[in-house]
Amino acid sequence: MPLPRLIPCLDVARGRVVKGVRFRGLRDVGDPVELGAAYSDAGADELVFLDVEATVESRAAAVDVAGRVAEQVSIPFTFGGGIRSVEEAAAVLEAGADKVSVNSAALARPQLIEELAVTLGTQAVVVAIDTEGGRVRSHSATRDAARNTLVWARECEARGAGELLVTSIDRDGTREGYDLELLAELRDAVSLPVIASGGAGNARHVADALGISQAALLASILHERPSRLVTLRGELRDLGVRLRDAA
Amino acid sequence: MKVAICAYGAGNVRSVELALARLGAESVRAERPETVRDADLAVLPGVGSAGSAMAGLRERGLDAALLERAAAGRPTLGICLGLQLALEESEEDGGVAGLGLVPGRAVRLQGGRVPRIGWATVEPGSEAYWFAHSYAAETPAATATSEGFAAIVEHEAFVGVQFHPEKSGAAGARFLERCLSRV
Repeated sequence: MPLPRLIPCLDVARGRVVKGVRFRGLRDVGDPVELGAAYSDAGADELVFLDVEATVESRAAAVDVAGRVAEQVSIPFTFGGGIRSVEEAAAVLEAGADKVSVNSAALARPQLIEELAVTLGTQAVVVAIDTEGGRVRSHSATRDAARNTLVWARECEARGAGELLVTSIDRDGTREGYDLELLAELRDAVSLPVIASGGAGNARHVADALGISQAALLASILHERPSRLVTLRGELRDLGVRLRDAA
Repeated sequence: MKVAICAYGAGNVRSVELALARLGAESVRAERPETVRDADLAVLPGVGSAGSAMAGLRERGLDAALLERAAAGRPTLGICLGLQLALEESEEDGGVAGLGLVPGRAVRLQGGRVPRIGWATVEPGSEAYWFAHSYAAETPAATATSEGFAAIVEHEAFVGVQFHPEKSGAAGARFLERCLSRV
């Protein structure tokens, strides 16, 4: 297996990095290119940019951001948020992103996953799943998507997803640790790589998730501070996690 | 030096362009066969599936241009799917005939998580590069491996890499720099 991956997640809206209590009360905390480049320098294995506004205007800005990130950053990155069609996904990839992430649009029309996989390649298609109590949530986790999480995960795989980015809504923002039980169920349910998300509070939590899943999404644990990623990498190494030598 | 990046609708052309630009190398997006044929170095990037990518090369006549380059001994760098297309055939999409620049075939990865995505060490050596693939080359021309899979393939003037040097940070830049210095 490839080395476990640490993936800082940057929430963006209208071309800026924002921070807020899950999509409410967004605050501007910086430039996505600058912060992305700083995370790359700090040893990130990949980056994820999620457009949390996902309006038409914000998505146009997202393509611009993807293009500017690609100029400054030479590690892979994923763009997600509001992508509903192959054309929108292709625009982001042509700008220099490596993968797109889809969530509500895939729940509304699962065929989208196949269309993306056929046109862009399975390796470029991340399906993001927000889950609470074993059920899938949609629309920024505000609605019940009437699906069992593991059943949906298997369907995503069958339709051509290349990776699953699974956020435990129960744990998100709690800093109590990733939902390891969920991650173990997913490990057994699909043979795709899984990116674990939601609940990281310390290095031990991340190490535990990386013992089950292939990658860990890092959001609030980093506080938009690339220096925190440097120390986290050191702590993970001390815990015996094999990380890439990023020099 | 003239570097031509094959633009055939199945490659992350911009990422390759930017990676080369960071090294001070100018490149052109090549959609015409003569641009590919005559360049000092041709880069065949590739993401997506073998069937549609091969069709994209044929539509533009780039398949013949790549064969002409090879016959003339001019170097070509194939990246990821670009490496797999250079083989005789691929198992993907129910079987696809490749360019045949390199002996061997692309076979579906067995075991482990597929797609195989992430950073992995390439041996001989100790550098890790970023991979994202579901198929790998089975070829006698492999000169480096990663976890048992062909990572670098060299045959006559063709060099193919299964990883993405353009997305492999400092290690990838060093690799591309070595490719450029050999032209």
